[in-house]
Amino acid sequence: MAEKYDLQEREVWDGNFAASQALRQAQVDVVAAYPITPSTPIVENYGSYVANGYIDGEFVMVESEHGAMSGCVGASAAGGRVATATSSQGFALMTEVLYQASGMRLPIVLTVVNRALASPLNVRGDHSDMYLGRDSGWIQLDCFNAQEAYDMTLCAFKIGENHDVRLPVMVHQDGFITSHTAQNVYPLKDEVAYGFVGDFKPVDDMLDFSRPVTYGAQTEEDWHFEHKARQHKALMDSRSIIDDVFAQFKEISGREYKRVETYMMEDAEVAIVALGTTVETCIVAARELRKEEGIKAGIVAPRCFRPFPFDKIRDALGNVKAIACLDRSSPGGAMGALFNEVSAAIYTTNARPLVTNFIYGLGGRDFSIAEAKRIFKEQKAHADAGKITTDIQQFSGLRGPHLGFFQTKRS
Amino acid sequence: MAFNYDNYLRLEKMPTLWCWGCGDGVILKAFIRAVDKLGWSKDDVCVVSGIGCSGRFSSYVDFNTIHTTHGRTVAFATGVKLANPDKHVICVGGDGDALAIGGNHTIHGCRRNIDINFIVINNFIYGLTNSQTSPTTPQGMWTVSQKAGNIDPTFDACELAIAAGATFVAREKVTEPRKLEKVFIEGFKHRGFSFFDILSNCHINLGRKNKMQSAMENLNWIDAITAPKKKYDEMTPDEQLNLFPTGILKQDTEAREYCDMYEDIKAAQQGKRGLVTQDDFKKKI
Repeated sequence: MAEKYDLQEREVWDGNFAASQALRQAQVDVVAAYPITPSTPIVENYGSYVANGYIDGEFVMVESEHGAMSGCVGASAAGGRVATATSSQGFALMTEVLYQASGMRLPIVLTVVNRALASPLNVRGDHSDMYLGRDSGWIQLDCFNAQEAYDMTLCAFKIGENHDVRLPVMVHQDGFITSHTAQNVYPLKDEVAYGFVGDFKPVDDMLDFSRPVTYGAQTEEDWHFEHKARQHKALMDSRSIIDDVFAQFKEISGREYKRVETYMMEDAEVAIVALGTTVETCIVAARELRKEEGIKAGIVAPRCFRPFPFDKIRDALGNVKAIACLDRSSPGGAMGALFNEVSAAIYTTNARPLVTNFIYGLGGRDFSIAEAKRIFKEQKAHADAGKITTDIQQFSGLRGPHLGFFQTKRS
Repeated sequence: MAFNYDNYLRLEKMPTLWCWGCGDGVILKAFIRAVDKLGWSKDDVCVVSGIGCSGRFSSYVDFNTIHTTHGRTVAFATGVKLANPDKHVICVGGDGDALAIGGNHTIHGCRRNIDINFIVINNFIYGLTNSQTSPTTPQGMWTVSQKAGNIDPTFDACELAIAAGATFVAREKVTEPRKLEKVFIEGFKHRGFSFFDILSNCHINLGRKNKMQSAMENLNWIDAITAPKKKYDEMTPDEQLNLFPTGILKQDTEAREYCDMYEDIKAAQQGKRGLVTQDDFKKKI
């Protein structure tokens, strides 16, 4: 039985420590990992909890991230509660196995500390790795601060391990801004946290020798399509279970989460849609703008990036006149993913707000309150003019001349 | 007159990010002196590095340089060399780079015997990410990923390279900068895959909890676990148990180099000779 760990009602933790404490409280059986900045401390802390008797589990130091996720797939198929952490290049190297994990319906929890992808080499935070995983068939939960990194990691186990879901879950936090910034975190008591997550109940585990099973069978044009369709359906259907888990989490913690978080949207005329720590920057900017200039600014933030909350997004943005979608990943020759998905969701309603796209903060470029205010004000100008007066896609915070693409053809 | 390194360095990148007392600087300097003694033009040298402290190598030297992904140096370098067979290609990686995440590329580079010089800076730990177990971390040592002691058996990097087919294999250590320079010169001159296992110190991340907190303590340990090959060969197996032989451990000048063999394929495709068959090779299986 694991040793008791002393926790205060309020702790000062960074995002990495918060995530690792959630792994401890969930009593994860196996972590297979490879170090990478900035997520290393999560698995490093798990290793020390094992060494110090706080967890009855196994830490496996493998030879690459590809090996790490492969080890996790093996351990999960064998019937264990499994988690790991990575960032950036490590995430990219894991990608092949991410699809294996979701295709085999293994409820692995991956805490991703978001970081830019090389080249050029960069260790700072942006959402390139998070976006890379968006078609991998994993549930993706997004955190804006250290408290949420803790809360979402606990929720991730309960969501993924639900027998109607049986899907792997990523929990994203921003590199350095969340992962290395110490903040107040209110943890749950060990028994409350474990009671919430519950004992791991494997399905079709390989260690049940009385009932042999195969993982990773080959299907061609005969059945592959049906498998992928069922996997997609499971992701879509997980929406209600995520809502349910968030509701249960509120009961034990008092903290309320939604698949789409909204701030000051009740009367908002203009809105920003963003992910990660940028959300909190925008909240401060909106509060100040409301006070200083009377601009009715609001924020819509997908807590759940996958399954994409198509339904909740269009509900949240139905009454605004202008929207800026902020993407912290280089879109590589297209509009940003948030812009595309938000626009698509709204287009299925009668509302026709003016939607623009900002690419910002790549490679850890700072995103300031002033920048958020400037973007809100630009949306207000669009709302007042009744049309988009700038390029539809713009790079914000870029050195050198303005970079933007496409003008509106709407009259 | 003291050797002037400035011509070979990107001075705007100085000082290096390496910790005080780190052996990487000794290796960097020995490497530069070796290139200088060989009289190579800077434009004819390509330095390929991976990720980790050793990955910084390519940022500091004023040659053609590529900073690649973790462990893939030999793969990138193979492309560089095949496209530019007349250039000198030098890979730099760490023990994690070369033996863990990139182990596959390392053994296949050795197997092909392509004319790449692979300097493995072996400090027995993942230094840049703060002390996780690497494939060369001695058993029983403390690491942050195995705080109760490392149980993973270790690689002998040179034995691995020899078995995989590298035709020049040498081990040296940062406490012998002159010897280091000498093995680099010999290995760089060798046509074929040259593998260097260079033992270096990381008192910051290996030493801190393994009773080697200072650079000198870590360097003394490296001296204590090494013996020159000649002396080593005269020892009993018991005496050899906890020692690594240093110096040139293998040099085979008979084996054909990969780019040369590739010329045969090109000639065959162009109809200048017949197809490559088993008759072209002495060893047939």
